[in-house]
Amino acid sequence: MAEVEETLKRIQAHKGVMGTIVVNAEGIPIRTTLDNSTTVHYAGLLHQLAMKARSTVRDIDPQNDLTFLRVRSKKHEILVAPDKDYLLIVIQNPSE
Amino acid sequence: MFTDEALDIVGFPSTWKKCQRQTHDSKTCQTMPVHTAETETQVRSVSCNSTQTDPPEDLADQLTHQSDLSAEQPGLRDFLHRVEDLVIQELVKNSKSHAFDEYEVNWTDQHETVSCLFSLGYSEAQDRGLQVTSVSWNCTGSVIACAFGRVDDGDWSTEKSYVCTWNLDRSRVNPKQPDIVIETAKPVMCVSFHPLRPSLIAGGLYSGEVMVWDTSRAQDPVLAQTGMCLDTHKEPVYEVKWVPGLRRGDMAVVSACSGGRVLRWSVDGAEGKLTLTAGFALVRKQLPVSRSASKVRGDTAVGVSSLALSPWDTDMFLVGTEGGLVLKCSFSSQTVAAVPPNGESVTLHAPAQFCFTPRAGPVQSLHFSPFHRNLFVSVGTDGLAHVHSVLQPGPLLSLRVSDSYVFGVRWSPVRPLVFVAVTGEGVLQVFDLGQKSLRPVATIEQDTGGQGALCVEFNQHQLLAVGNADGKVNIWRLSAEFTEQRPRESTILQQLADDVPE
Repeated sequence: MAEVEETLKRIQAHKGVMGTIVVNAEGIPIRTTLDNSTTVHYAGLLHQLAMKARSTVRDIDPQNDLTFLRVRSKKHEILVAPDKDYLLIVIQNPSE
Repeated sequence: MFTDEALDIVGFPSTWKKCQRQTHDSKTCQTMPVHTAETETQVRSVSCNSTQTDPPEDLADQLTHQSDLSAEQPGLRDFLHRVEDLVIQELVKNSKSHAFDEYEVNWTDQHETVSCLFSLGYSEAQDRGLQVTSVSWNCTGSVIACAFGRVDDGDWSTEKSYVCTWNLDRSRVNPKQPDIVIETAKPVMCVSFHPLRPSLIAGGLYSGEVMVWDTSRAQDPVLAQTGMCLDTHKEPVYEVKWVPGLRRGDMAVVSACSGGRVLRWSVDGAEGKLTLTAGFALVRKQLPVSRSASKVRGDTAVGVSSLALSPWDTDMFLVGTEGGLVLKCSFSSQTVAAVPPNGESVTLHAPAQFCFTPRAGPVQSLHFSPFHRNLFVSVGTDGLAHVHSVLQPGPLLSLRVSDSYVFGVRWSPVRPLVFVAVTGEGVLQVFDLGQKSLRPVATIEQDTGGQGALCVEFNQHQLLAVGNADGKVNIWRLSAEFTEQRPRESTILQQLADDVPE
C-alpha cells in the first residue's frame, strides 16, 4: 500500500497542486491530502458531476465514454480521472 | 495505650455487569429488547435516501480510519498506475499553458459605463449650507447614512444638524426626502453603521460627544450617548469605528478626535450611556519618530484626523494626524501616556508603535487593503496617495491624485489593485495599480459647482457613495472594468507588497 501513497505524493509534488483526493464508487473519499470538510465537500460534488458528465457523453453517443474531466475556474483547475471503481480528483492553481 | 494493628482486608466480588443486565431486563426497560439479524438479502447494493445522523461526521470517521480501509481497497493501486501518467501530463501542461490567460466569461450583464444612480440630498440641510462630512453603508449594503456638518468653519459651532438615511433597495427612492432624519444639537463629523446590526449607527459630533442611534426606534432614536461628561473628547470627533468588544459577540465604539485622544466605549443600551473602557493619548515626546524627522517638523500637532482598523488584526490600528504623521498603533499598549490627568476615569495609554515617513499636511484618510494584510493607502492635503506596507517606513508607491486636497480614499472590495480617491475639486479618481502608469485610469467629474468631495465609501454591491461639500451624496455604479477581478491580480498585489526598495 506504500506504493499508493507514493503515487499520490508524486502527484502532489507537481507545480501548483493544492490537493489530491481519491474517491470510491459510492462517492466516499478514501485518500486525501486536504482537510476533512474540504475533502467531503469536493468528493461529494465532483462525484456527482463526473457521473453526470459520463451519462451526458454516453447519451449523446452510446459507443463513446468519458475519459477525463477538467473544470477551469477563475481560481483553479480541477482534474478528474474516472474509472469504474474510483475517481482521482486533483485541484491545481495553474497561475502559481 | 495506642498500638499498631493490621486489620484483615475484606473483599467483595464485582457484580456490576450482572446487576446491570438484570436491571436492564427486568426493571427499567418497559419493552422487551428487539433483536434484529439479517441472514440473507437479495439486493446487491443498498442506498439510503436520508439518515438522521450527520453524513460529514460519518465520513470524517471513515477518513480517520483510513488505515482500516486501506487493507480493503482492491484495485486502487492498479487504478492509480493507470491514471498517474495522464494526470501528471495534464498538470505539467496546465502549469505551462497560457491558453486561459486574460480569458473572461461573460456571466452577468456588463455595465459598460460609469453611471450616477442617485443624487441624494436633504433640502433643509442644503438650504443652510451644511456639508456631507461622512457616509456609511449598513451591513446589508442597502441603506446609506450621511452626516451633515462643516469642515470650512473653525469656530465653535452650536448649530443643529442632521443624520439622514436612505434605503436604496426600495422600489421608489425619493432622492430629495430621506427615509429617516435624526436631528442633532451639534454638527456631525462622522458616522459608522454597526457591522452586524443594520439599524445601529455610531456618530461623532463637533462638540466631542459620541452618540449611538438605533433607527428602528420610532420615538427617540438615541440609543446611547456620552453627553458632555469629563470622559469624552474636548475636540471635534473626526472618526468613529466599531471594534470587537471585551465579551464575544459584543461590539464597542472607538472614537478619535483632533485633541489626540482615541477612546473606546462600551454601549449600554439599557442605561442609554456610553461607558469609557479604554483610552489612548498621542503625545509628541512619546511618538516613535526618528530624530531627524522630528527636528524638521518640530511643531507638528498630533491631533487625529483619520483612523483605520485592520481587517486581519483586531489589535492593530493606524492613525493619521493633522501634522502629517501616519502612526501604527496597538490597542493592547501598556505604556502610560505622559499627559496631565484631565478628569478621565481610565488611565490613558500611549498606543504608537511605529511611525511612517511624514507627509506634508494633514492625513485625511487611511484604508487597509481588504486583500493583503500589510498594505494600506493614505491620502492627505498634499494631493498625494501613498501605498504603504506596514513593515516599511517609506511608501511603496506615491501617486499624484490632484493638485488640490484629497479628502477620502477606499480600496475596491473586489479588485485587489484598484482604489478610488475623492478630491477638493469634487472629482473622483480611480487608480489601477496593475497599469504601468501611475496616473488615474478613470476620472469622474461630479456636478458640485466646484465644491469638494469629502468622503467616499463602497458597499458590497459595488456601489460607491460620495459625500460632497454641496450637501449632496452621489451614488455611483462603476463599469465592469472596475468590478470584476482579473486573473493574477492577487499575485501582482503580493509582489507589490514584497517589493523592498533598495
